[in-house]
Parts: sequence; C-alpha cells; structure tokens
Amino acid sequence: MTPADTLRFATRAATGYPLRTALMVLAMSIGVAAVVVLTALGDGARRYVVNEFSALGSNLVIVLPGRTATGGLGLGNLITSTPRDLTVRDAEALLRAPLVTRMAPLSVGNSEIAWGGRLREAMVVGTSGDYVDIRAFRMAEGSFLPREDLGRAAAVAVLGTKLREELFGSDPAVGRMVRVGDRRLRVIGVLGKTGQGLGMNTDELVFVPVATAQAMFNTNNLFRIIVEARSREAIGPAKQQLEDIMRLRREGELDVTLITQDAVLGTFDRILGALTMAVAGIAAISLAVAGILVMNVMLVAVTQRTAEIGLLKALGATGRNIRLAFLTEAALLSLAGAFTGFALGHLGAWGLRLAFPVLPAWPPDWAVFAGIGTALTTGILFGVMPARRAARLDPVQALSRR
Amino acid sequence: MAQIELSGIERVFKLGDSEVHALQELSVSIERGEYVAVMGPSGSGKSTLLNLLGLLDRPNAGTYRLEGRDVTTLSPDEQAEVRRTRIGFVFQSFHLVPRLTAAENIALPLMLAGIPPVERHTRVAQALQDFGLEPRAGHRPEELSGGQRQRVAIARATIMRPAVILADEPTGNLDRSTGQDVTHLLEELNASGVTLIVVTHDPVMGGRARRRLMMEDGRLLQDVREPAPA
Repeated sequence: MTPADTLRFATRAATGYPLRTALMVLAMSIGVAAVVVLTALGDGARRYVVNEFSALGSNLVIVLPGRTATGGLGLGNLITSTPRDLTVRDAEALLRAPLVTRMAPLSVGNSEIAWGGRLREAMVVGTSGDYVDIRAFRMAEGSFLPREDLGRAAAVAVLGTKLREELFGSDPAVGRMVRVGDRRLRVIGVLGKTGQGLGMNTDELVFVPVATAQAMFNTNNLFRIIVEARSREAIGPAKQQLEDIMRLRREGELDVTLITQDAVLGTFDRILGALTMAVAGIAAISLAVAGILVMNVMLVAVTQRTAEIGLLKALGATGRNIRLAFLTEAALLSLAGAFTGFALGHLGAWGLRLAFPVLPAWPPDWAVFAGIGTALTTGILFGVMPARRAARLDPVQALSRR
Repeated sequence: MAQIELSGIERVFKLGDSEVHALQELSVSIERGEYVAVMGPSGSGKSTLLNLLGLLDRPNAGTYRLEGRDVTTLSPDEQAEVRRTRIGFVFQSFHLVPRLTAAENIALPLMLAGIPPVERHTRVAQALQDFGLEPRAGHRPEELSGGQRQRVAIARATIMRPAVILADEPTGNLDRSTGQDVTHLLEELNASGVTLIVVTHDPVMGGRARRRLMMEDGRLLQDVREPAPA
C-alpha cells in the first residue's frame, strides 16, 4: 500500500463519517484556538505595559521616598511610611552626579482649575523646566515652564491638550489667567497630544513650577524625582552615584528607593510573561482533552469498522497497512482541527484587537507553533493505541461481526 | 503435486473450561482447477476449514501446503501476502466497504498490493465490464441490489487473479434467481481454471460441484467425487 493510497483511504474514512469528523475537528480546534487567543491576550498585555514604560522616556532613574530592601517595584514602595521627606534640595543635589544630565522633581496633587465660569478637577504636577525634555513632549502652543531656580514659585501654568480644549474651546489659551485652587496662574503653554502614559493621562494635567505646587498643597515633600542618565549603559553607575549622594545627605542612611526603568520594565515583562505561559498552560489542558477525544473517537471507529478491518485483512492487508491507515486518520483529524483552530484563534485575536484597540493582541509565534504542535502530537500519540488495536484484530472474529 | 494439501489438521477452540474440536484429523488434498463444495450441518467445522484454507486462522496441529509451500509457519505479513496474491474471498454478507463506490471496492486488493493507479484503473474498468457492473461503477453498496453487491464482491475477489476462490455461503443472502446468477458466475471462473471451494448448506448448490466434502463434528465424513460433466 503506497503512502498516497494510505492517505486517500484515511481521508475517505474521515470524510465518510462527516458528523463525527466535524465534532472531532471542532474539539481540537477549540483547544488550539484557546491557546492562540489566550496567549494573544497575555502577550498583548505584556506588550502594552512595555510600550507604556518605553513611552515614559529613556535612561531614567526614578527616586522615591522610603526604603525597600529589595530592588525593583515592590509592594513596599506603595505603603512604606516616609521617615524623611524628599525635598527640592535633594533634587538639586542629585544634579551633581557626573553621569546625570537632567533632573525633574515631581510634586503631585489634585485641585480644581477654572476659567471663564468653567471649572473642572485636574491633577496638578509641580515640576521643573527639564521635565518636557526628559519625557520628550512636544509643545502645541507657547513654551514649557521656565528653567529657573527651583525655589521660585512663579505664577505660571502649562496645560495638557485635552484640558485646554475643555476650558477654552476655540479661544486662545496662552496668556490667559486661570484659577488653580486658590491661585491665579498665567497660561504660558499647551502640550501637544501625548496620550496615555502609565495611567496618568498627560493630556489632562496642569504643570506648574514645583515651588508653586508645594505652596499650593502646603508641603515640602516631593512625590518623585526623575533623573535622566547620560546613556543606557550609564544607568547602573548613575544609580550608584545617586545613592551615594542621597546617603551623604541622610547621614549615611539611605531612606529613598531608586528604581531604574529597566528594573520596572523587567519586572512587568517577567510577570506578564509568566501570566502568558500560565494561560497557555491552561489552554494546553484543553488540547490534552482533545487528544483523549481523538483516542475515543478512533476507538469507536475501530469498533464500528471491525468488519471492514477483517475484510482488509482477508484481502491481504498487513497489520502495518491497517495501523498506518488508522494512524493517518487520527493525524488527519488532528491536523484539520489544528489548522481550523489556528484560523479561529487568529479570528479571535483579531476580534480582541478590534474590541480593545490599545491592546496589541497578536499571538506570539512560539504559542502558535506550540499549540499546533501539541495538537498534532497528542492526536497522533492518542491515535497509536486504537491503531494498534485495529491491527491486532483477529480477522475471523472481525469478519463474523455484522 | 496437489494445489492444496492438508494433513492431520487439528483446530481446537477453548470455550471456558471445555475444548471444542472444530477440526480433527483432517487430511484432504485439492487439485488445481477443482470445484469443491464443503457441506455439513452448522458447527461441523466447515467455516473453520475455509478460514484455515484462507490463512485467516492457524491450525493447532498438522500442515497446510499451498502450491507446495508450507504456509502454516509463515509470518503474519507473509500470510497477508499469500492472501493478497493467491486467494480470493467471497462472503455471504458481501463485506463491501460502505463508504466506497463499487469501483473503489473492486480496487481495494490492488491498492493493498501497491499497484500503480493507472494499471489499477484499467484492471478495474475491465472487471466492471466483465461483471456487467459498468453502469454501477460510481454507486455505493447501499445503492446496489444484493446480486450486484455479490458481483462486486466477486469482482474484488478475482481482481488479483488468485489461484483459489473461497466462497462462504455466497448465495445465502440472495433470492433464488440472483443466487443462480452468482453461482453461474463462480462456475465460469472455475471453468477458466481457478480452484473454487464453496461452503454451503444448500444441497442444490452443493450438488453442482464435482466434488463434495461432507463434514460432521470437525471430521471429514465423506469425500464424494463425480466425473466431470460432459
């Protein structure tokens, strides 16, 4: 029996029972589709977060008040009580590190902004003139905050593009006086559209000089200091220098945490990568189930076709002929299921991208190959037992069965 | 040398604790081109004999020489090869593959033998013509009458040009007139030189054979030969 004939015979056998074959293919395809869609979701989430972080700027070291023993972003960062405030003086001192090019302190608070009878809640960010360069923002109108002494509380503000639209509409904004909290500030610039960044929509922020913000919120404390290192390679040494400076300022005790963008990114990358693997694993279980289904279906096929197997033996088929025919049939079912599932999965991922445009839900290549590979292997592996059973049937008994 | 030589064949089945002697001390030889009817009541061992002759079953003792070759000691694959090339089976219940057309059913042995499609096609076309099945070539078994089904089965049994045709109650599922057609068909094949061995209950069909093996309780009771009809 030539391979082509075996293939044709198995194809005829598979198509000879359309309902059974369709259900089998469906079960297998759901498994593969699950792997494709779930990994697309997981990997999409990972890529989304990575993109968000990359949008933050490059070569950044972020200084936050409080100490955590471990590096990276931990729960401790969010809840540690601050033994000593992070101040504007600290921020200025950090600029002395030779590997640091730019620095921007951040002081953040909520307030209201009003102009011409329109009022809305807005997040106010007190920072320095360098912030716009660190984050690589473009200005739509006017200029960003002036580069001047950080202690000077100039009465100026820069608006995000959305905030500007909501307050001023088509009226010109630059040069107008707006009320922020209990202060009147002159609008000196409007940022270009930047979009989402780490949950804070820059388009809805008000930027003021850091001293103005601290006066407004009556605090000396800084929320963060963002430091830009000279280059990507300089991030590590720069972090070391920054730590030395901070330690000097705190009598040898380092009560701030420095996190590098790489560390944060790496952490998220790892977490979401693991998550993707986990969902892929769960989806793989459905593939194993589909494999068992292949076995079940093939066992039923052997029983159903006992007389046929007996006949083939009487006509001179060897055990090998019959084994191969049944194995080929199992492989064909798995193959059809795998590729239907592949198509279904991509359809699902496409639907996801359509429903959530921000999520780059593309299934990773490894997952697609792993899904199809697992489908084929389980299908064929689970096809071996029924095929062997078919080949071992006693022809006399098989033929006597009607 | 006889084409088929059985000597001292024993076949024992175990049913629970008891042993059933399906065949005992059976020795028989059949010449090339003979027309033999194996007859006897149910359980007399005639089907077991046919299965042994067709290499679907192995004897517990004794030797079976087919064309001078001891075939009982062959490996399963070698036996499959002998079945494929030397033996054609015709069954009472036809045993056609339901999802395949008449032509495909006839082509099955050729496919198993690995004969290339082009040659297969011409041989099947010839067989369809010989057995008057041309208009039915593309029909599946369920669309054929009983007589047509058996003709397809006989066409399949002869497509490899076997030396021996083994027929197990070939007319058992057919009415009298189609049964006669099938009998004639088999006899024509026999006339062309193929050894024909038929297992049957039907005394009419058995009576047509030139040699009758009467079986009872696994033993050969009578071996009746008639001179060839003039």
